[in-house]
Amino acid sequence: MSYLLCEAGGTALDIVVENLKKSFHVAEREPGTWGAVKGLVRRRVRVVNALDGISFALAPGELVGYIGPNGAGKSTTVKVLSGILVPDSGRCEALGCVPWRDRISYVAQIGVVFGQRTQLWWDLPVAESLDLLRDIYRVPADAYARSRAELVEMLQLAGLLTVPVRQLSLGQRMRCDLAAALIHAPRLLFLDEPTIGLDAVSKLAVRDFVRRLNRERGVTVILTTHDMDDIEALCSRVILISDGKILSDGSLDSLRREVTRERRLTLDLEDPEAEISDPDAELIERDHGRVRLSFDPERVSPAELIGRITAQCAVRDLFVENPPIEEIVARLYGRTAK
Amino acid sequence: MNPYVSLFAARFRALLQYRLAAVAGFGTQLFWGFLRVMIFTAFYRSTTKPPPISLPDMVSYLWLTQAFFALSLNYVDPDVRAMMRNGTVAYEMVRPLDLYSVWLSTALAARIAPTVLRAVPMLLVAWLLLGLRLPPGAGCALATAAGIACAFLLTAALSVVVTASLFHTVSGEGLARFMPVVVYIFSGILVPLPLLPGWMQSILDVLPFRGIADIPYRLYLGTVPASDVPLLLAHQLAWTIALVLLGKLMLRRSTRRLVVQGG
Repeated sequence: MSYLLCEAGGTALDIVVENLKKSFHVAEREPGTWGAVKGLVRRRVRVVNALDGISFALAPGELVGYIGPNGAGKSTTVKVLSGILVPDSGRCEALGCVPWRDRISYVAQIGVVFGQRTQLWWDLPVAESLDLLRDIYRVPADAYARSRAELVEMLQLAGLLTVPVRQLSLGQRMRCDLAAALIHAPRLLFLDEPTIGLDAVSKLAVRDFVRRLNRERGVTVILTTHDMDDIEALCSRVILISDGKILSDGSLDSLRREVTRERRLTLDLEDPEAEISDPDAELIERDHGRVRLSFDPERVSPAELIGRITAQCAVRDLFVENPPIEEIVARLYGRTAK
Repeated sequence: MNPYVSLFAARFRALLQYRLAAVAGFGTQLFWGFLRVMIFTAFYRSTTKPPPISLPDMVSYLWLTQAFFALSLNYVDPDVRAMMRNGTVAYEMVRPLDLYSVWLSTALAARIAPTVLRAVPMLLVAWLLLGLRLPPGAGCALATAAGIACAFLLTAALSVVVTASLFHTVSGEGLARFMPVVVYIFSGILVPLPLLPGWMQSILDVLPFRGIADIPYRLYLGTVPASDVPLLLAHQLAWTIALVLLGKLMLRRSTRRLVVQGG
């Protein structure tokens, strides 16, 4: 297929974004009837910097989590990278193309899922929707048959193919939407909140699929989500964005270290009433025999702390863990809100 | 299959599912048809001047407008409108297709499918029972077929212009509600154009709207001289091309400054 390649930018990276900016104008009006009347005469327009100088690069085969509070600019980034929106300034190259300029040849190589929306035709059966996408992406018949069989197996769609899209449950629909986004075997996949509103089983199915896709086919994935379990389960790298700026970019562990070095020690005591205290650990929670302590591994090694505490009283069980990622992220969001 | 043909076919098939809507549409069109025939008959009885269209021609004209009601811009594709409102339009842009061609092919399907469902039975009933006359000759029938085909293209092109204008507004109801009324009056569906005052006729003769009703139905009646037929078809085609270019331009401009609603 000749239209597949843009003039390559001579880079080995899948995505290069440099100092990307995009602002929106939001018409505001004061609340109430009077505000509405005033708004007719004079519009107050506020400029929102959805993207305020974003830079990052992605190597082929990476699986990156893109997180941030509502309105941080996650979806805007995805929309710019998928060729839907034109940024105000900055450089953006993906697969050697400028997404909005080379839109048609570029989008033939990417897949996009917006979790809140479906790209399937609501009054057509799933199989017909897939056939339609085959024609839209001009997928050759044999490649289509292979790709479809593979996706049907991986996402367990066999029973859904004849069902009209409007009758699918949310979890089923999301699986079908994933198949729809991948039927043309894209190299780059954008997932914008793919697990939103899904039950636990469906979430696991989606995660499993994304992981396989990334490992087995080497598809580069950008995943935006509010579900930190998605991030923990899938992403080796996390980009955190807030108010249109990147706050941190690195592994989940380095993100954790950046916010806090804290570790948690959870103990189940033999005697629920036993006294427990240590100068290097802070008691954060106590529920009958279960005690949760917080400590800094730089000040006291976990082994030493455990040794001291087990000397104080009899312990039935214990484990050390990181603070939950939700808490870390909440702290980071809170820090930026100031 | 060509992606645009494929989209057209899918939309067409989906629209053919709505049998109940077709039956209801048929009933409504029949009812209004009776009403309009009665009104015009009453006018014709009380007029003193010789009318520009004979009564039998008038009755045929009215049944044609009823039969081909779905061909006129009676609504602007609600699917695309909903897509604009809730932001699903973003998906249209991540497909390797020309957005204008996608919308034109779905707009064509949205006109042709319901017309096929409704016009055929309506024409049959009107011909057998209600005084619809057949075109006076084979040439007339051929010209009518060409005129109807051009009318489909013209309406679809106009429909995409309206849709493209929705990019500039938040809810996108304004023009989408207004345009059907404009078409209804200016195309000659409500009152045949020859019955309108002379000054209005000279304006409407130039505007695109007559290509949707006035031209194809008068070709059917055979009241236009044969030498004018190519001119009338050219009128339809020229406007179709102009509206296609306008629609393309509008889409090109608006996709550059697009705001997709919702997160």
